[in-house]
Amino acid sequence: MATVLLPRSLLALFPGADRRHEVAGESVAALLETLDARVPGMRDRLVEAGPRLRPHINVFVDGTPADLASPVGERSVVHIIPAVSGGR
Amino acid sequence: MTTRVLLLVGTKKGAFILESDGDRRDWALRGPLCEGWPVHDLIVEPGSGAILAAAGSPWYGPAVWRSEDGGTSWTHSSAGITYGDEAEPVTTIWSLAAAPDGGLLAGVEPAGLFRSDDGGSSWRHVEGLTGHPTRPTWGPGAGGLILHTIVPHPTDAARTWVGISAVGVFETRDAGASWTPRHVGVRAEFNPENRFPETGQCVHKFAMAAGQPDTLYQRNHCGVYRSDDGSETWQEITGELPTDFGFSLVAHPRDPDTCWLIPLSLPDRGRFMPDGHTAVWRTRDRGASWTRLDAGLPTKDAFMSVLREAMARDTLDPVGVTFGTSTGQLWHSSDDGDHWRMITDTLPEIWSVETVVLDG
Repeated sequence: MATVLLPRSLLALFPGADRRHEVAGESVAALLETLDARVPGMRDRLVEAGPRLRPHINVFVDGTPADLASPVGERSVVHIIPAVSGGR
Repeated sequence: MTTRVLLLVGTKKGAFILESDGDRRDWALRGPLCEGWPVHDLIVEPGSGAILAAAGSPWYGPAVWRSEDGGTSWTHSSAGITYGDEAEPVTTIWSLAAAPDGGLLAGVEPAGLFRSDDGGSSWRHVEGLTGHPTRPTWGPGAGGLILHTIVPHPTDAARTWVGISAVGVFETRDAGASWTPRHVGVRAEFNPENRFPETGQCVHKFAMAAGQPDTLYQRNHCGVYRSDDGSETWQEITGELPTDFGFSLVAHPRDPDTCWLIPLSLPDRGRFMPDGHTAVWRTRDRGASWTRLDAGLPTKDAFMSVLREAMARDTLDPVGVTFGTSTGQLWHSSDDGDHWRMITDTLPEIWSVETVVLDG
């Protein structure tokens, strides 16, 4: 199981959702599908048509920048971090 | 019976709700709501009384927010709001409207229309509009390629008008299966090669006259117009207004001959109050004449703007009219626009204003 850590601004959109999730999946895309089943609507907040990560959403797998196709290991730590860009 | 009046205000940094009684003198403010997301439009769903907000986050994308407890708690959804994985992503929700059959309609950027039949939990693309043969020619206005205005017919659910910048007004009479551009008589001064094109028209806002579904008032980039035949033809009613330009327009809730608007200086002159003189203009004769209303408004050095959705009226008598500015001020008149007072001048940039009157 990979560990997924969600940002505060995303948690604020889903009252009651946990910051830390243990999720099974071999890619970032698979993790987000599983997360969406657990917290309905979450994938739409992170993924746009393509499908691809939204422009100001960053995902890091074990400290390395990732995209939806990036592989995830059994013990990976996945951070989802909104960019400091994007606001006005 | 106690009357409550709500102002639903969408801003660049969240939604706000201001509440007063029927006197509309003192207002209590709540917000920011919707987690500070940019909010382009707010409506109240008939029947349920739920508040819906059209929004788009630079980080988390587009969503329609919904509150069933007066704005205390919210849910959000964009399920189905997509043109598909091969197409351009939808970035924000720009406009909302309730159809007479209970459905909800949402206008988005890039321009398109979506419909929900479950209160906004899920949406489906109204493909007939973006399937229009002119779609490859659609180009954005300064605010983007946005579907910003939705006017459903009050009794015929098959009939709806939408406004797209900088494309124009489209009407459907078959529940969205097909759409017709409606611009006969409307000038496009920015197009020197064709001043009256089929599309490429810069509609800014339009509203239906009370009790007369075939009468529409249109605020265009190039003048003000009225249609008396359900948008098939338009007559210019700009008359003695100080400029050709502006964004906002609202129609009276009972008198089909009355509407209000706020002219702004031309695009190359700043798009703010002409000569720094704030004024709302009102017609009571279908646009044959206009009266400048500025009692209580700043008539000097007021270089602020009012955007297309940032003006609204209530349903009381006399009518309350409210507008919000690019500088975060809310101005209100509780006597048909004759006299004005500032409610607040400390909000973020205001993008939309809606009013709700509740009895009980």
